[in-house]
Amino acid sequence: MKTVYAISENIISSLGFTALENAESLLAGTTGIRINQDGNLSPQPVPLSLVDTARLEQKFEAILESYKKDQKPGYYTRLEKLLILSLADTLAGIPVKPENDKVILVLSTTKGNIDLLEDRFMAKFDHKRIYLWAVASVLRDFFGFANTPLIISNACISGVMALITASRLLRYGKYETAVVTGGDIASEFVISGFQSFQALSPEPCKPFDLHRTGLSLGEGCGTIVLSANINEDRKDRILVMGGSVSNDANHISGPSRTGEELSMAINKALEESGLEHPAIDYISAHGTATPYNDEMEAKAISLSKMNHVHVNSFKGYWGHTLGASGLMESAALILSMKANVLFKSAGFEVSGVSERINVVTETIHKPVNTCLKTASGFGGCNAALVFQKT
Amino acid sequence: MEKLITAYTYIGEGKVVVNKRLIFYQEKIATFAEFIKALYKQEQISYSKFYKMDPLSKLGFMSAELLLRHENSGRFKPGSLAVVLANSSSSLESDLSHQASIRNRSAYFPSPSVFVYTLANIVIGEICIRHSLKGENAFLISEKFNPMQLQNHVSELLDNNRAEACICGWVEILGNTFRAMVSLVEKENADVLKTGFSALPFTEASLNELMNLTETKIWTN
Repeated sequence: MKTVYAISENIISSLGFTALENAESLLAGTTGIRINQDGNLSPQPVPLSLVDTARLEQKFEAILESYKKDQKPGYYTRLEKLLILSLADTLAGIPVKPENDKVILVLSTTKGNIDLLEDRFMAKFDHKRIYLWAVASVLRDFFGFANTPLIISNACISGVMALITASRLLRYGKYETAVVTGGDIASEFVISGFQSFQALSPEPCKPFDLHRTGLSLGEGCGTIVLSANINEDRKDRILVMGGSVSNDANHISGPSRTGEELSMAINKALEESGLEHPAIDYISAHGTATPYNDEMEAKAISLSKMNHVHVNSFKGYWGHTLGASGLMESAALILSMKANVLFKSAGFEVSGVSERINVVTETIHKPVNTCLKTASGFGGCNAALVFQKT
Repeated sequence: MEKLITAYTYIGEGKVVVNKRLIFYQEKIATFAEFIKALYKQEQISYSKFYKMDPLSKLGFMSAELLLRHENSGRFKPGSLAVVLANSSSSLESDLSHQASIRNRSAYFPSPSVFVYTLANIVIGEICIRHSLKGENAFLISEKFNPMQLQNHVSELLDNNRAEACICGWVEILGNTFRAMVSLVEKENADVLKTGFSALPFTEASLNELMNLTETKIWTN
């Protein structure tokens, strides 16, 4: 199997603008979910994880200056600002040239600039900016990517699917480097939709917990740069291994009752990686904290014989960030591997799933060498991806 | 390994073409809803969930239905038929419906049955449920039809045995403007379908040809 490395990562969330800023809060176990009173986002107060707008604007102005752009900050949407900052952070200090035709930008997003459908934004932007490809075009123009970006919009597995797809394209020899980024913003559109499903928790979400009542929404973005073009072999590099996608073929908004299909994706990802379940040190689960999702995941983990493996969810820290979640959580998983530390699963106290799984309840320092990232989403989709440290 | 397009459905400009044969034609289309309902009726399809679907799912569902209807369902092993679709406007058609339901705070009625369709890949979920497909699936977005991106994704799946075959194509709708081209891509050694349609090589040129079917006129009545 051709080797694919993860060489740079960024996370932007309520907890900070870099992977390390986020890591500090994850280590301290501090959640970024707060009760939001902004009436533009929801008629009633609702727990949300939001990126600090003042800091976003300040950092974005600095980026416009350092990239010598003539555009005013107001030309860019909130999502585009987040993605540009995330890309700029990951590209700084690595020898990746976007204008090289062996470099591909992969964008994961579920809703893109969905806030532009609101009357308050509609007049400010060209109507074409509502299209997901327009977001990718803005990023392409900003950084000068030579190739047409690849855009993946596959509900909540978009981020993990973007990493899987990018690593496959590198192994398949189509490109040498993939800059994989994912972002979604908090919007009245998404909040009202999940409210109509009665899927939102009145307090910060509690993945896998007995008293979980639903998810918390968040916004943010994550970027991971993948490269198949590293010659120098050294210790402690992060490898992106096998990945797999499956479908429940059961229900468009409810997860599988058995977890078989997610387990199938997990087993295929392990098989492609040439590994068996005892090799896995840690699972970064989807863990949305809805009753059905967490139960399904516990069943899948059990079916794949990984009941004893440490598992956590990052949703208790920065909520469910939709198309960004797979990238933010994979970046956090990479932090765990680099620092040999497992972050506690925020919001978890007492197990509330029918299968015995090993949820991380306190920060754990231990060797973290081989890990699994999973995700599941509307449309019945599941994804699993293996990471390994050299 | 050589890969072939062994079947296809094209829906556009009021025409529905399946494997070179024009099976349905409406010269003047009033609305998509009327068009797709008339097609559904003519083809005598019976699937109650169809009526709950949003326009994008209806379009994708019908395309896959016509693509696979003569198919021997036992021909593909479970999990071996993948689905890779793409379009330009994602779920914008349903996004506009959901946004309309929350535009006015004094008439604030978001509905889960609309909101669930505000994701591009729900159409894949509907196709997977209908045909019990549990394998690889992906929804890609591109401004215009991008045969290279589809071909890269699907070829990788087939070449690395992640799938034996793949439903691959474009499903686009916004308002009453719509077009779908959904093909069945298989490895060359697979059984050839007995539809009287001679397979095309799975190339960007073939995909482009099928996308512009009504211009190239490679269909018969």
